Amino acid sequence: MIQRSLTLFGGLFVLILVVGWVMGLPFTSSRLVEAAAYALIALGLNIQWGYGGLFNFGIMGFLMVGGFAVTFISAPVNPVFWGSDGPMMLGRALLAFFIGALLVLGARQSERIGIRGGWKTALTVLAWFIAYCLYRSQLDPAAAYIEGLGGRDAWIGGLGGHPVLGWLFGGVLAAAIAFVVGKICLGLRTDYLAIATIGISEIIRALIKNMDWLTRGTLTVSPIPWPTPLPQEYQAGGMNIASSLIAARAGYLILAIVVLGIVLWLISRAYSGPWGRMMRAIRDNHIAASSMGKNVTARQLEIFVFGSVLMGIGGAMLVSFVQIFDPSSYQPINHTFLVWVMVIVGGAGNNWGALFGAILIWLIWVVSEPLSKAVFEFVSMWSTNFGWGAIPEIDARSAQMRVFVLGLVITIALRFAPRGLIPEVVKREGVRN
Amino acid sequence: MTELVFFTNQVLISGLVLGCIYALGAIGITLIFGILRFAHFAHSELMTGGAFIAFLLASAFAAWGIVTPIPTGFVVLPIAMVLAAILALGIDKGFYAPLRRRGAKPVTLLIASIGVTLMVQGLIRLFFGAGSYSFFENEPKEVFRIDMSAVGSTRPLVITEPQLLMIVVTLISVIALHYFLTRSRLGKAMRAMADNADLAQVSGINTALVVRVTWIIAGALGCMAGTMLALDVTLKPDLAFNIILPIFAAAIVGGLGQAYGAIAGGLLIGFAETLAVFNWTMVLRPLNAVLPEWLQLPSTLALVPTEYKLTVAFVILVVTLLVRPTGIFKGASS
Repeated sequence: MIQRSLTLFGGLFVLILVVGWVMGLPFTSSRLVEAAAYALIALGLNIQWGYGGLFNFGIMGFLMVGGFAVTFISAPVNPVFWGSDGPMMLGRALLAFFIGALLVLGARQSERIGIRGGWKTALTVLAWFIAYCLYRSQLDPAAAYIEGLGGRDAWIGGLGGHPVLGWLFGGVLAAAIAFVVGKICLGLRTDYLAIATIGISEIIRALIKNMDWLTRGTLTVSPIPWPTPLPQEYQAGGMNIASSLIAARAGYLILAIVVLGIVLWLISRAYSGPWGRMMRAIRDNHIAASSMGKNVTARQLEIFVFGSVLMGIGGAMLVSFVQIFDPSSYQPINHTFLVWVMVIVGGAGNNWGALFGAILIWLIWVVSEPLSKAVFEFVSMWSTNFGWGAIPEIDARSAQMRVFVLGLVITIALRFAPRGLIPEVVKREGVRN
Repeated sequence: MTELVFFTNQVLISGLVLGCIYALGAIGITLIFGILRFAHFAHSELMTGGAFIAFLLASAFAAWGIVTPIPTGFVVLPIAMVLAAILALGIDKGFYAPLRRRGAKPVTLLIASIGVTLMVQGLIRLFFGAGSYSFFENEPKEVFRIDMSAVGSTRPLVITEPQLLMIVVTLISVIALHYFLTRSRLGKAMRAMADNADLAQVSGINTALVVRVTWIIAGALGCMAGTMLALDVTLKPDLAFNIILPIFAAAIVGGLGQAYGAIAGGLLIGFAETLAVFNWTMVLRPLNAVLPEWLQLPSTLALVPTEYKLTVAFVILVVTLLVRPTGIFKGASS
C-alpha cells in the first residue's frame, strides 16, 4: 500500500516537472498554488464524505462564502460609505431582521399560550411573512441608497485587515452557514441531501451575486491584497518580471503549503484517534452506532461543520490568490463537481488519496485545454492537407474539452477503481495488511 | 378587465408553459428513481441532447426545402424522441448497467450520472460551441393576439403558436402515459417494480425489460421537454442544466417515484415561480384611486425580485423536505 502511494506520488512529481518544463515556470507555479487551495477543499470534502459519509453537493456555496469573507476583511476601507447614511440604514435593517427572527421564534413557541395544531402552523407562516416584509421594507431602501453612492464606492467596502485573518473569517462564516444548513438537511437520506445542498448553494450564489451593496455583485471587487509580497513589490526591488512572478508565487505557495500541512496533520490525528473511529462507525452503520450510544445527528452536524470550515478557507485562498472576487465566475461544474472528482479519483476516506486526487485532477483540468488545442491543431493540419478544410473555432472548442475530460476521468475511475487510486486503509487490531 | 387579462398573460400562460416543461422532465426523473432507485442528474443532458437532435432534424428539413404548416420543431419531434430514447438506452448500457451489475450503491450511480452529465455537456459544447440557436431562423414564430375588447379589456390575450401546441402536446402525452401505466401489462409491471423490485421479479416480471422501457419513456419525454423549452426560448448547451434543480424540486415536491406527483409538482413549481416574481401593482393599480395618500402602492410590488426567480424553486424544495419529505403524493422517503 505504502509502496503504491509512493509510486503514485512519484509519478505526480514527474508530471509536475513535465508540465513545468512544457508550460513554463510562471504558469506552473500559479497552478500549484491553486492546486494547494483545492487540496484543502478536497480534504474538507474528504472529511464529510470519506469520514462521515455525508453527501455534500453544495461546495460551490461554501467557496463563495469564503471568497466573500476574505474580500470583506481584506479589501480597503470605503470612507464614502462610512461617511454616508448607509451604516445607519443597514443598522435599521439588522434591527428589523432581529425583530423578525424574534417574531418567528415566538410563533414557534406559541403552544405555551395554548395555540396548537393548525392554528400554530398558520401563526408561524404569518410570522414568517411579517418578518420577511419587515426586513425587506428596511433593507431595500438601504440597498438602493448604497448602490446609488456611485462608481467604485457603491458598496460597503472592506475592513482593510490582513488576508490571513480573512481566511480565518472565511472558515468561521462557512462554519456558521454549515451549521444552519446541517440543522436543516442532515436528517435527509443521501440523495435528498445532495439535492438540498445543491439548492442551498444556488441560493447562496443568487444572494451573493445580486446583493450589490454587500459584495458589488457582478461588478466584482479587485484588487484584493495578498498575504505575501506581490510581484510588483519584487519588481520595485529591481527584479525582472519573470523571476518576480516566480518569487512572489513561491512565497504564496509556501504559505498555502504550511496551512495545508497543519490541516493535514490535524485531521490525520483526528482520523486515527477515537473520534475518527466513531465517525467511521457512524458512516458504515449508523443504526449500530446509535445503539452503542453515539449521538449520530450531532456527530454528523459536527463533521459537516468541520469539513465546511476547510472549504471556506480554501475558497478564501483561491480568491485572494487571483485578487478578484467575481460571483459570476462560480459554476457548479468548476467548483462542486470538480472537487468531487478529486476525492473519488484520489480515494475517499484517505487523506493522502484526497491530496493526490486534488493535485492530479487540477493538473488534468488545467492542462486539458492547451493539450486538446494542440491535438485539434494537429488534426486540423491533416484535414487541411486532405482538402477537408480546417476545424473552425479551435480556441472556443478546446476550452470546452476539459468538461468532457473531467466526465471521462470520473466514469473510468468509477468503473475500474471505484475506491480510488489510493484507497482507504482499514486498520484492524492484530491483522497486518 | 385589463388587469385580469394581464394577469392571465403574465402568470397563467407562462406559468402553465413552464409547469408543463418541468412536469415532463420530472416524470422521467421520478420514473427512473422509482425503478432504479437513484437520482438521475444526467436527465438534463437527455433534455438538451434531445433538443439538439430535434434542432438538427429541423435544420435538415429546412435544407431539403420541406415546409410544414406548424413549426418544424413539432413535426420532427416524434423522430427526435425515438432517437433520444435510443440515446438514453445507450447511456444506460454504457455507464449505469455495468455499475448495477457490480451491485454499486445508489450513491455511486448518482456520481456516475454526474460524470455522464459532464461528458454529454462537453460533447455538445464541442460540436455546437457555447452560443445559442433558434428554431425560428427560417420560419416566423406566430403570435396569436386575441382581442378582448368584448369583455372590456384594452389589452389582447397573447399566446404564441409553440406555447399553444406545447400545452396540447403535454396534455396528450400525460393522458397517454396515464393509460399506459394503468391499462397495459407493461405499465402495471412498471408500477409493481417501483413498489417492490424483488417481489416483482419473483412474480415473473421481466425486470430487464421494465428497465429498458423506463429509459425509453424517460428519454422520449426528456427530449419532448427539451425541444419545447428550446422552442419557447432559445437553444443553448446549458439549456436544461440550468433548470435541472427546479425539475428535481418538482419531482420531490410531488413525491419521488410518483408519476402523477411529478405532474402536480411541475405545475406547482412553474406557477410558484411566475407568481413570486409577478408585479402585483399592475393588477392592484385601480385600488390607488380608493387608497389614501400615504398608502399608495409602490411601482413594483413583487414577492421576490426577478433575479431571484430560480431560488423560489429551491426554497419550496427545502421547505418540502423539512415539512413533508415524502412529497404531496407520498413518494419514497428515508
